[in-house]
Amino acid sequence: MTALSSEAAPPPGRTFLSKVADLRAWLFLVILVIFFETWAQTVYGVTFVGNTYNLQSIGIFATAPLLLALGQTFVIISAGIDLSVGFTMGLAAVVSAHMANLGASHLGLPPFLSMLLGIVSGVAVAFVPGLVNGWLIARLRVPPFIGTLGMYGIARGAAYLIAGGMTVPVSNAWFAWIGNGRIAGVPILVIIAAVVVLIMHYMLSQTRFGQHTYAFGASRVAAVRSGINVGKLTMRIYLLAAVCAGLAGALYSGRFAAGAAQAGEPLLLSSIAAVVIGGASLFGGSGNIAGTVAGALVIAVIEYGLVFINVEPFWQFIAVGVVIIISVLVDQSQRKLLGGRVDE
Amino acid sequence: MSEPLLSIRGVSKYFGGVHALEDVSMDLKAGEVVALAGDNGAGKSTLIKAVSGVYKADRGEIRLDGTPISFESPQQARDRGIETIYQDLALADNLSIGANIFLGREPKRRAFGFLPVLDRALMADAAQETMRRLDFHVDRLEAPVSAFSGGQRQAVAIGRAIYWNAKVLIMDEPTAALGVPEQRKVLALVMALKEQGKGVIFISHNLGDIFAVADRIVVLRRGIKAGERVPAETTSDEIVRLMVGG
Ligand SMILES: Nc1ncnc2c1ncn2[C@@H]1O[C@H](COP(=O)(O)OP(=O)(O)O)[C@@H](O)[C@H]1O
Ligand SMILES: [Mg+2]
Repeated sequence: MTALSSEAAPPPGRTFLSKVADLRAWLFLVILVIFFETWAQTVYGVTFVGNTYNLQSIGIFATAPLLLALGQTFVIISAGIDLSVGFTMGLAAVVSAHMANLGASHLGLPPFLSMLLGIVSGVAVAFVPGLVNGWLIARLRVPPFIGTLGMYGIARGAAYLIAGGMTVPVSNAWFAWIGNGRIAGVPILVIIAAVVVLIMHYMLSQTRFGQHTYAFGASRVAAVRSGINVGKLTMRIYLLAAVCAGLAGALYSGRFAAGAAQAGEPLLLSSIAAVVIGGASLFGGSGNIAGTVAGALVIAVIEYGLVFINVEPFWQFIAVGVVIIISVLVDQSQRKLLGGRVDE
Repeated sequence: MSEPLLSIRGVSKYFGGVHALEDVSMDLKAGEVVALAGDNGAGKSTLIKAVSGVYKADRGEIRLDGTPISFESPQQARDRGIETIYQDLALADNLSIGANIFLGREPKRRAFGFLPVLDRALMADAAQETMRRLDFHVDRLEAPVSAFSGGQRQAVAIGRAIYWNAKVLIMDEPTAALGVPEQRKVLALVMALKEQGKGVIFISHNLGDIFAVADRIVVLRRGIKAGERVPAETTSDEIVRLMVGG
C-alpha cells in the first residue's frame, strides 16, 4: 500500500497567515481606535477611549445593528441573505410599543408586566416574517434574495399600517429603564446584547444546528447526503434572524420611548456589513460570532468617532464602504493564497 | 464464508420504454472487489442506485447477508451498511475531517457538567484512527478538508463510510477526476478496504484500474449482463469486446 502521508503537511505559514486574516476585524478595530485617539489627543487635547461616556455611547450605538448582524451571521454562513430584518425590526418596534400601552390601558397591568408584554409581543410578531421567509426558501425554493426582498416590502407595509403612519409613543418607566438604564455603569442594552452574543456563539460553535449551518453553506449536497433535514434547518436559520430583529425592535421602543416603523431601515446594510467585515463570505460556509461582534464595533466606532472628531457625518458612509471593500479583498486573497486545495 | 455479502438476482429496471437493466445478477463477497464495466448508458449507475436505495428495482431480488432488502431511501441503505461514494464526494469543504465523518450525527459531551457541546476531541480522535486504517496520517486534524488533495479527499469520503461500519462500498468512477499519482492512491485505498473485509463495487472506465484492483469484472451492455470474468483469465481486448458487442 502507498502511504498518503507525504503531502498531508500544510505549506509553512498557512496557519499563521490565516489566523491573522481571521482576526482582521479586530485589527481594523484597533487601528480605528488608535486613529481616533490620536486625532482627539492632537487636535482637541482630550482622550477618546479613556472617556466612559464615549464607550457607553459606542456600546449603545452598536447594539441594534449587532443584534441584526448576529442573526444575519447564521443566514450568511448558510449562503443566504435576509433583506427583511430591518423592517421586521420596525414591525416589532411598533407592535411592542402598542402592546406595552395596551397592557397598561386595557389589561390594567403594572408597568413591569406591560413592558414584558411589549417585549414578548415584539419578539413573537417577528416569528411571522421569519417563518414565512423560511417556508418560501426551504419549501418553495425561492432564492433568499428574492424571498426576503418580498418580505422586506410586506413587513414594511405592515409596520406602517399598524403604526398608523406615525411613531407610537410609549410611556413606561420600566421600558425606558431597559432602553436607557445602566447597571454598574454598563448600559442595560449592552448587557442584553452581550448575553445574546454568548447564546449565539454557543449555538453556532457548539451545537449540531451551528455545525449543520456551516455544512449547508459550504455544500447543500453534503448536508442532504448526510441525512440533515435541510428544510427544517433553513426554517430555523431564518426564524433565528427574525427573532434577533424582533428583540432589536422591542429594545428600540424602550430606548426611544416610541416604536417606529422605520426603526431598522438604515440597519439592514449595517448588519450585512458587520458580518462581512467580521470575516464571513457571502458565498457561504464561513464566518463566526466573534468576527461579527468586531464588525459591528468597527461600524459603531467609525460612526461615533467621526461625529466625535467633528467631521461631516457623511464621511461615515465613505469610511464604512472602504472597510467593507478592504474586508472583501482580504477574504478573496486569503481564499487564493490559503483556502485553495493543496494541488500536487 | 460461502454466503455472499450482497446478492443481486434477476434485477430489471425500466424508465418508460428504456430497459436500463434487464435480468441482471451478480454477487459480492466480503473482502472482494467487483468492477462494473460498460459503455456509457450500459446501466452501471442504475444498477448501483438499485442497490443503494435511490431506485427500486421493477423486478428481481437483492439480498444483504442472505436477507432480502428493499430500501425506501439511500439513508435506509446507509443504515444497513451500504455506502455509496459519489464522484463529487459530497464533503463539507469548510469543516474538518472529523466533522465530515460525523456530519449529521455529531457526538456531544457536557461542558461544566451541564451544557451540551459538540465533542470535538472525540471527532478528532475518530478521524485520526479512521484515516490511520486507510494508511493516511494526518497531523492537522482541525484543518478544513479543502486543504487536502483530491486523493486525500477520497480517503475522507471513504473514511466516513467505514467509520460507520459500512459493509458494502460502492464507488462510482472514483478516479475519473484525478491525476495519475492520485489515482494510484485511490487504488491503494480500495486495496486497504479489501484487506479489511469490505465488499467493494468499483465502477470505472479505465481498464488499467479495473485490472489492478478487481477480483472479478462484471460487464454490462445496454442493460444486460454481457459477461463476468476473472482478471487473470481474460484480457483487455476481451473486456472491450464484451462492452461494445460483436
Ligand atoms: N432517471 C432516468 N430516467 C430515464 N432514463 C434513465 C434514467 N437513468 C438512466 N436512464 C437510462 O438508462 C440507461 C442506463 O443509464 P445508466 O445506468 O446511467 O448508465 P451508465 O451509468 O452505465 O452510463 C440509459 O439509457 C439512460 O439513458
Ligand atoms: Mg453512470
